Amino acid sequence: MELNDLYRDVILDHNRQPRNFGGLEPADASVEGFNPMCGDRLTVRVRFDGDKIGDIRFEGQGCAISTASASLMTEAVKGRTRAEALELFERIHRLLTDDAASGEELGKLAALSGVRAYPARVKCASLCWHTLVSALRSSGPQAPAVTTE
Amino acid sequence: MNNIAMAERPVNFDLGALRRQFPILARMVRGKPLAYLDNGASAQRPNSVIAAVDDYERNHHANIHRGVHTLSQEATALYESARDRVRQFINARSRNEIIFVRGTTEAINLVAQSYARPILKAGDEILITHLEHHANIVPWQMVCEQTGAKLVVAPIDSRGEVHFEAVAALMSGRTKLFACAHVSNALGTVLPVRRLIAAAKARGIATLIDGAQAVSHMAVDVQELDCDFYAFSSHKMFGPTGVGVLYGREQLLERMPPWQGGGEMILAVTFAKTTYNVLPNKFEAGTPNISGVVGLGAAVDFIEGLDRGAAQAHENALLDYATAALSKIPGLRIVGSAAEKASLVSFVVDGVHPHDLGTILDEDGIAIRTGHHCAMPVMDFFKLPATARASFAIYNTFDEIDRLAAGVERARRMFA
Repeated sequence: MELNDLYRDVILDHNRQPRNFGGLEPADASVEGFNPMCGDRLTVRVRFDGDKIGDIRFEGQGCAISTASASLMTEAVKGRTRAEALELFERIHRLLTDDAASGEELGKLAALSGVRAYPARVKCASLCWHTLVSALRSSGPQAPAVTTE
Repeated sequence: MNNIAMAERPVNFDLGALRRQFPILARMVRGKPLAYLDNGASAQRPNSVIAAVDDYERNHHANIHRGVHTLSQEATALYESARDRVRQFINARSRNEIIFVRGTTEAINLVAQSYARPILKAGDEILITHLEHHANIVPWQMVCEQTGAKLVVAPIDSRGEVHFEAVAALMSGRTKLFACAHVSNALGTVLPVRRLIAAAKARGIATLIDGAQAVSHMAVDVQELDCDFYAFSSHKMFGPTGVGVLYGREQLLERMPPWQGGGEMILAVTFAKTTYNVLPNKFEAGTPNISGVVGLGAAVDFIEGLDRGAAQAHENALLDYATAALSKIPGLRIVGSAAEKASLVSFVVDGVHPHDLGTILDEDGIAIRTGHHCAMPVMDFFKLPATARASFAIYNTFDEIDRLAAGVERARRMFA
């Protein structure tokens, strides 16, 4: 059933108990993401360790898809280089929008592919990723806010 | 529905026949019969509206007020007859007081720019309430920025009610205009507009009522209300999108400069001087949404053909039934419990974000609105990012509300 494909157990789990949720002090980058259509709002904070993402945490309020996507994202990119995280963003972007894209080798993140059948919800899943990209590209502690519009 | 259930949920008109007038209500969504509970966002169209637009497009279309040929005359007659029916519908004194616009939003912007902007000075005030739709906030913020006037916001209480005394206390010699909703789109609150208009009038303050959520639910008489401006949209009263009405008191409209320049709104143009057309054409620059206006005229006929007492009783029964059914669900909180309320229920459920709820209900063929309802200050007041909103129309059934409650319960268990 399609609904179970969207709300897979891994999504429900990460929504109930989001990982890496809360503030991060000090942070090298802090970006707020905002989805004006539904009011979802989250802040992604990153601390770099050289070129790697040493630590990453997020906080805010959003739907299950948005919360789970952010939680899964922080798990997936922690310890990766900026380039690796950006490459992962590209793969997730394809996963969310391209029916032919494969979730292979994406591990738990493949659970996000259920969103494809719900075009109105793609932005929920992608908000945190766009916010992460902005954080990676910003050098200062306060980069401009991101919106999905 | 069995007989016992019918007895508990009386409908004293032929609801089945009414529903059959709305072809979309027969469709399936995701394999389930559509339960359309998003009427506050846009209501559906009856056959008579669809047929009127279709007949216009097939048989009568031409530009209006232009040609001497037959089609242009027919199109003009259809367009202007809709104006007469709208005048009668809201009991305006004159057809010159009915301006066709794109919708409520454009109507309010027109008043902000053409009525308010020329008269506002720094230090003047525009008074609104905390429960307004963005369309009744932003145009006033814009004109305040342009003129140095100040936007003053009257409070609401935790039930989502607007108290007459609290608003009247903010009306002063500086207040040049008072604008408020007739019915709140986010909470359903019916505002005490008659008293508020009288209080404003006693202080020489102009009044605008945003009637977008009111006209399909209650009879509106602008002379009885005694407001200066009243704005509403066709698509929330079973007519087409892209057309709406600004009612304005004729003496005020006469004094107001045109808002947009172009064709239709002129009598004579030379490069030295343009003479503006008379009302209502002065405010209808360019070729209007003719088929939309024709459809609006048919929507007025549809509403006037209803037994409005029975219609309102049915909508109230749906509201009471939905309030009771949803209140039984653990962790569900209804947002907005004004004593006088239109037929909509805004609510939140512990552990279930409104957006997820909207998707889960859609799987059952149930359409509701989720989000901030273009009323972010209301959401901020209740410290909520969003709510789910079920808004009912005359054609909704008790069964649909049962399905809504079952779907909400299912979502709650899924996220528990």
